[in-house]
Amino acid sequence: MTARRDLIARTVLYLILIAGLLVVVGPFLWMLLSSFKPEGEIRSVPPTWWPSHWTLVHYRDLFARLDFPRYFANSAIVAVLVTVGNLLFCSLLGYALAKLNFPGRKALFLIVLGMLMVPGMVLFVPQFVLVSNLGLANSYAGLVLPFLAGPFGVFLMRQFLLSIPDDLIEAARVDGAGEWRIFWRIVLPLCRPALATLGILTFLASWNNFLWPLVVATTDDKYTLPVALALYSIGQNRIYFGLLLAGAVVVVLPVLIVFLVLQRQFLRGIATTGLK
Amino acid sequence: MVRAGTHRAVAENRPAARKWRRAVTGWSFAAPFTVLFVVFALLPVVASLVMSFTDLRATDLRHPFAVNFVGIDNYTRLFSDAQFRRAAVNTAVFVVIGVPLTVVAALAAANALNSGLIRLRGLFRVGFYLPVVTSIVAIAVVWRFLLDPGAGLVNDVLARVGIDGPNWLGDTRTSLASIIVMAVWRNFGALMVIFLAALQGIPVDLYEAATLDGAGRWQQFRRITLPLMRPALLFGAVITGIGFLQLFEEPLVMTQGGPLSSTLSVSYHIYNQFGFGNYGYASAAAYVLFVAIVALSALQFRLLGARDDR
Repeated sequence: MTARRDLIARTVLYLILIAGLLVVVGPFLWMLLSSFKPEGEIRSVPPTWWPSHWTLVHYRDLFARLDFPRYFANSAIVAVLVTVGNLLFCSLLGYALAKLNFPGRKALFLIVLGMLMVPGMVLFVPQFVLVSNLGLANSYAGLVLPFLAGPFGVFLMRQFLLSIPDDLIEAARVDGAGEWRIFWRIVLPLCRPALATLGILTFLASWNNFLWPLVVATTDDKYTLPVALALYSIGQNRIYFGLLLAGAVVVVLPVLIVFLVLQRQFLRGIATTGLK
Repeated sequence: MVRAGTHRAVAENRPAARKWRRAVTGWSFAAPFTVLFVVFALLPVVASLVMSFTDLRATDLRHPFAVNFVGIDNYTRLFSDAQFRRAAVNTAVFVVIGVPLTVVAALAAANALNSGLIRLRGLFRVGFYLPVVTSIVAIAVVWRFLLDPGAGLVNDVLARVGIDGPNWLGDTRTSLASIIVMAVWRNFGALMVIFLAALQGIPVDLYEAATLDGAGRWQQFRRITLPLMRPALLFGAVITGIGFLQLFEEPLVMTQGGPLSSTLSVSYHIYNQFGFGNYGYASAAAYVLFVAIVALSALQFRLLGARDDR
């Protein structure tokens, strides 16, 4: 009796979960499949799932006729620089906040923490004025500089470093190692899991970042992928469905691959920090 | 004599010297971040507030002395601006309806995955999380096609069960609702992961005791799961609310704020005003958004605090 009720409950639960999974993953599958359909088939009524005729014409257009290799490279360059900057600067400050005692430490931490609440919408106008006045509008420096030192990384690194016992650092100090040597030789290697989490999250956030590159990249040789895709989707290319879907695939696929490969680290990092 | 004197001076100086050395060491680690942070984050936050009390326009950037302080003019203008009021209402509707839907969907998914019956839990977890890591711009492009009245999958599915689907994004009655549904679809996976972690923190013996006392599944959920998940639920709701208050990419890509401003959001309005060169005005609108975000965060601390006091 209970066994049968359990079986029914389990079946219902599975059906609901599978339906949910189809609803969540379906759009991605449709995007991927449709990017290989000829333009006419994407617009066909009723819509199809499986391409009746496979074509690479949209990808050829993106990479040969349009400048998507350039946008892809821009996104990658910006994301790598932003990630390296955050790993370095946030671990330095995180270490100082967790393990060094210096005047102004508490105030600095509170101010940095408070910045977590400030939305990009408050920052981008003065940031644009600043970057323009520095002559850095429409440059890689302009794209990267405002994101090199993010408060989230400081929070994450500090929390992680607080869990590392002081004895290790004290022992090295007694042995006469300088503070910088301790940091490079002892602290950073211990931080590897936190650095991995921060690196993945920062890279993805930068890859998907939209508002700032939209504002600061004014000519199309400095567009990142999301900016190019958004502007194509509302500009004169808006009528080329295949092109836009293939563009979406190019934006999404690298991220999905990174996520699927590193999902264990990824989801653990998110569950422990409680932040997106 | 002289030697003894210097010796004493060094001894007196030693605590001060050590303090000085500690300050130098600490700040040398803190300096790289702090310099960037002050220039590109702290300064802009303050500048934005100052700018919101001026009539700064894009054309003034080369003539900074042409800028005037106008007091709270930008703020009074803002609240008599029909476009801004529309944007504020749309954003409020998006948050007030979207956040509870996201929380409920995430709670349902987390509980289903935590029920112990489920194999392949990892597969579902990764699947539900997929949209969270993907670019909103790309998702918005795909959803624009899914919601197409003729060639879209959504109306095709509806047609199979005999429903004549509307022009989702082209009709003022369904445009904002469509974006809400898409936002729930994209974001519930993020909360699900947080809720799963919270669920796994609830001691199993509580449920065992409740089962012995004859409590059913639903009762256990209401009397044990929900109360113990309160902090996680609140945290999730606030994080989602802060994100939803900044709604921007979806209307930009899917509707350009239309039709008839039915999907214009506060962030989109700020961006438009920036595009028109009204920097002072845009900053005032941004600060109103900021205040809403701070208020939401304060509410969370208040509610969580209230629980801890009890």
